[in-house]
Amino acid sequence: MIKKFFIALCVLLPTTVMAIDTLEFSTDEQRLQFLRLAEELRCPKCQNQNIADSNAPIAKDLRNELHRMILEGKDEEQVVDFMVERYGNFVVYKPKFDTSTYLLWLGPAVIALLGVVIVVMTSRKKRSAGPAKTAELSQEDKNQLSKILSEDEK
Amino acid sequence: MKRALLFLPLVLAVIIGVILFWGLSNDPTKLESARIGDPLPSFNLPSLQDPTAMLSQEDVKGRVSLLNVWATWCPSCRVEHPYLLKIAREYGVPVIGLNYKDEREAAKQWLIKLDNPYTFNIFDEKGRLGLDLGVYGAPETYIVDAKGVVRYRHVGVVDDNVWKTILEPRIKQYAGES
Repeated sequence: MIKKFFIALCVLLPTTVMAIDTLEFSTDEQRLQFLRLAEELRCPKCQNQNIADSNAPIAKDLRNELHRMILEGKDEEQVVDFMVERYGNFVVYKPKFDTSTYLLWLGPAVIALLGVVIVVMTSRKKRSAGPAKTAELSQEDKNQLSKILSEDEK
Repeated sequence: MKRALLFLPLVLAVIIGVILFWGLSNDPTKLESARIGDPLPSFNLPSLQDPTAMLSQEDVKGRVSLLNVWATWCPSCRVEHPYLLKIAREYGVPVIGLNYKDEREAAKQWLIKLDNPYTFNIFDEKGRLGLDLGVYGAPETYIVDAKGVVRYRHVGVVDDNVWKTILEPRIKQYAGES
């Protein structure tokens, strides 16, 4: 059973990489850059697949475009800007920090901070409420308390 | 005061509920175009009907028009075709075709068989203009104003409802601006 699984895996795996392998690069560095960017860019037609994974025609077009730009010597930022200019922030899994994305980037930190503030405030309230209550001992209680304490001393 | 604070989680839950419920009506497959407010990307592509006639972004200027991305391999394009004919003929709005990654002969036959709503057709065989425009599937319909600026994108089939509720009011608005 396990053997069969591995054979199936060996047969299936290369097919997913093949679309990429037909493209040629002059250096290994370019190839690595291509693979990295193809994983970071999101296919516009698909809901959650990068362009390296997807078989959609648009993903293939974008891979070709990426390939062309890398051969032209464009750096990562230029490629990402090119894609975002055309397809919007949707195509990047890590959107740039700007006015339209600050809520996305800062939101979680703000909410976490808010949680810490609430926790600190409620715990402080409890602590300050503690001694206030002990001060409110009635005269009777105080008498009883001193009685108990003096009994202990004996 | 303390008692009112107890209702805070309920209020928060209701607010979040309303936001999430509103989110349900959003179609995540529809992307807002990144090109809204930008001039149409420059291009130099042949006409579908006449390979020697070259077209550019200048040809799209002059009037508010619809730029319809279509192809013969796209089944939904066939569905919306009658509406495009209606828009071009009955409502008198110019519809410009962007024949996207298609075969010239098949596309010409399509227009003969189904009739031709387009003022002219840009033949974008490689999908170069489509890519610059941010097309991610056909059909897509853009509203381009008289200055050649992309104002709106509709993804999917154009029908009576889309025309009445989305396209027509916008076209009127943009036509009034210039």
